[in-house]
Amino acid sequence: MAKPQRPTTAIGKTADYLDQRTSIGVLVKEFARKVFPDHWSFMLGEIALFSFVVLVASGFFLTMFFEPSMALVRYEGEHPASMHGQLMSAAFASTVEMSFEVRGGLLMRQIHHWSALIFVGSIVVHMFRIFFTGAFRKPRELNWIVGLTMLILALAAGFSGYSLPDDVLSGNGLRIIDGVVKSIPVIGSFMSFIVFGAEFPGGHIIPRLFTLHIFVIPALLILLIGLHLFLMVLQKHTQYPGAGRTDKNVVGYPAAPVYVAKMTGNFFIIAGVLTLMGATMSINNVWNYGPYDPSPVSAGTQPDWYILFVDGALRLMPGPGWEWVIGGFTLSMNLLIPAVIVPGILFTLLFAWPFLEARVTGDHREHHVLDRPRNRPVRTGVGVALLVAFIVCALAATNDLIATHFSLDIFVITWALRVLFFVGPVFAFWVTKRVCLGLQRKDRELVLHGHESGRIVRFANGEYIEVHAPLEEEERWLRVNYDSPVPLEIQPAMDARGVRRKGYKSDRRWQRLSQFFYEDRVAPVTPAELEAAHSHAQHDEIEAKEPTGAGAAGGRRKR
Amino acid sequence: MSENQNPPADTSREVTVAPEAGTVVGPAERFTDPGVPEHKHRLTDTDPRAAKRAERTVTFLFVLSVLGTIGSIVAYIMVPPDGTTSGVRLSTLLLGLGLAVSLLGIGVAGIHWAKSLMGDREMVQERHPLASSDETRADAVRDLNDGLQDSGVVGRRGVLKGAFFGALALFPLAIAVPLIGSVGGDWNISKFKHTMWKNGTRLAIDPSGRPIKASDVTVGSVFHVIPETTEEFRETHEWITEKSKAVVLMVRLNPEDLRTDQSPEGETWSHEGIVAYSKICTHVGCPVALYEQQTHHLLCPCHQSTFDIADSAKVVFGPANRRLPQLPITVDDEGYLVAQDDFAEPIGPSFWERLK
Repeated sequence: MAKPQRPTTAIGKTADYLDQRTSIGVLVKEFARKVFPDHWSFMLGEIALFSFVVLVASGFFLTMFFEPSMALVRYEGEHPASMHGQLMSAAFASTVEMSFEVRGGLLMRQIHHWSALIFVGSIVVHMFRIFFTGAFRKPRELNWIVGLTMLILALAAGFSGYSLPDDVLSGNGLRIIDGVVKSIPVIGSFMSFIVFGAEFPGGHIIPRLFTLHIFVIPALLILLIGLHLFLMVLQKHTQYPGAGRTDKNVVGYPAAPVYVAKMTGNFFIIAGVLTLMGATMSINNVWNYGPYDPSPVSAGTQPDWYILFVDGALRLMPGPGWEWVIGGFTLSMNLLIPAVIVPGILFTLLFAWPFLEARVTGDHREHHVLDRPRNRPVRTGVGVALLVAFIVCALAATNDLIATHFSLDIFVITWALRVLFFVGPVFAFWVTKRVCLGLQRKDRELVLHGHESGRIVRFANGEYIEVHAPLEEEERWLRVNYDSPVPLEIQPAMDARGVRRKGYKSDRRWQRLSQFFYEDRVAPVTPAELEAAHSHAQHDEIEAKEPTGAGAAGGRRKR
Repeated sequence: MSENQNPPADTSREVTVAPEAGTVVGPAERFTDPGVPEHKHRLTDTDPRAAKRAERTVTFLFVLSVLGTIGSIVAYIMVPPDGTTSGVRLSTLLLGLGLAVSLLGIGVAGIHWAKSLMGDREMVQERHPLASSDETRADAVRDLNDGLQDSGVVGRRGVLKGAFFGALALFPLAIAVPLIGSVGGDWNISKFKHTMWKNGTRLAIDPSGRPIKASDVTVGSVFHVIPETTEEFRETHEWITEKSKAVVLMVRLNPEDLRTDQSPEGETWSHEGIVAYSKICTHVGCPVALYEQQTHHLLCPCHQSTFDIADSAKVVFGPANRRLPQLPITVDDEGYLVAQDDFAEPIGPSFWERLK
């Protein structure tokens, strides 16, 4: 081997310098041409990541001018005139001041707020993509947990930031939090003191939320984003099913240059769109609401979208009869159920899902090829049911707006949504599962009988048939290459000697759940079935040939 | 790492992973994978003029980005916000549009470049099982055991181990105790049960603080009420905390409309049809602010708990469980409305020790 030449270019020299000190060459060799699969839905997580970058950048700008203090001041600024001379917290005053006096201040505030809404939104949509395609399966269960934790942190970041300006709306939001915290059994009242440092609202909550909002939560998020991406690179990205894509390979484009360019471009586009939103769509004009005052509140005020479901659940829950006094202590189930138990069940189910599904599937393999949602009818149905429950709750949080816009009785709307909260998800599950099974049957039908060609042929005996064109190999592969699990089989209750087996009951419960998942199933077409379908068709063809002659290209004749 | 450029028949042609438990279809009953489809060329790959055109588009977009940046800076200098709302909006719009064009120019250029000019051949790389090999695992376990042996704690020195873990587990207490002890202020939960209303406190208008004469309250009118205090006190933090508990909504009904109120036998908490109820919702504590004169219903705008003012402010709909506490009122010698006492029960949302 020839002696390596000393680098001559500036880049070469820099690389040499770095490599001698860090062996960075190994990393570059490993990652420069690493292949990543391509699909538009893989961009959803990127949107979340890049919104977060925009949040950090615009948030840094805001911290230069925001004063996280509840000290009472008189607003000295001339603009807006409605605020002049009013008594308010320094936090609110600095928020108004940075909107009116700092050039670009309002722009950054609006970019920051829109980015937060898009951030949480893209996380949720990304999560749905993961859920519906089964990307949470082994080996990615841990990354699913990391992602869910980040969703919770994102909600916390959103809520803490929403409260910082200390305006009437955010103050009322905090008051609702105080009410919910106080309802927690045994420790609720003390929790309220921990949160506010005194009786509500006290003088500490804004600086405390500020520390959480700009330090603790972002630091945790950055840590978890790092872990999330590390695991993604380590495990290599999943890929959609298709010809040539297996659980043992990864088909896609190299990191450099394609993904470097696409991701950089994507970052700038997302930042650009968020800037466009901040520039053209006003949001959270706090000077219209005024500084926090415990007395006023107006109707038609909604929290940011990601809190809607909790607020809606609070509205749906009927009150009378749901406050229990036990041994002289008060238990407010009318708060605990909607604000603690319902979100608790939702997140517990989401955290447990990968393990639950693996258990009822009896599946210990690594999965890198994604599922088509139709091929997992129960999972897809449960996902849609959760989505419907979420939407019903979010609608409930806007029941006052629905009432005024459509001139409906608010009590009627609330009652309708109460019913819908229970009926809607069940119905959605049933419909979705049926649609999935229907699509699977459609796939079978397509594989077995081919595309409709639109060409009608008449036989000598007068019978008409339509000639079907067989699927391309790639098309067919997509429709036949999937697992169709069957319900778990368990050992009988009695062992060979007729003794009751320990653990049978638990096995039986898992089996029941497994039956719920996989009892209704559509198996993929096997080559034998296709062969059978063809030999049946062969008979048609011979007859079909005669009247149409050589013009009948395509069709089944090739087979 | 092996790279196969568009393999017509590489290893991926083999049958997909053999199904194990939970699947029915055996490997022999599977179709075979046709492999990665053949590469299709783009126009820019085959037509040099198209490639040139794409290059020019990308260049143009980068230039557009530069123009956006310049535009933003020009807007910063030329259109300072004049303080009015519309002036601030204009400045925000121009600065934002400039920045957006600057960012979008780079973004769209980058994507267009990647999609039209950079290589678009799909590549195939192999995945390797994530689990480490048996030898590696054995080595790892051996190394760990060696380490444990070296530490000298395996199988003996129980006291040392106990002391070690004990110390580690306990030291955070030295930080946590002062923190948790102080973070809640004075922890005085009994404050939840009292407000600043007391016998003789005048009812005043929110926010001006002017006391209210009974004769000024006409039938059907609604007053947002605070306890009368000094102007100086109303500029303190304590006031905001007190106000959070003490705000009251006062209504004068026709005495015959007022079916019941909360006063016990032998007492009168209302005054000639004037009733005063806590404005803090018993649900989660929003101010209950919407009064409907026809029905005497009081509606909380946050979660629509609805209370009937004519009937002891009991819950008629919504998520609240309890009626709004009533402030017992009367008039003093000068005809001003005054409180007889504090509320008889804690105001606002429920809490664990509420009835203790």
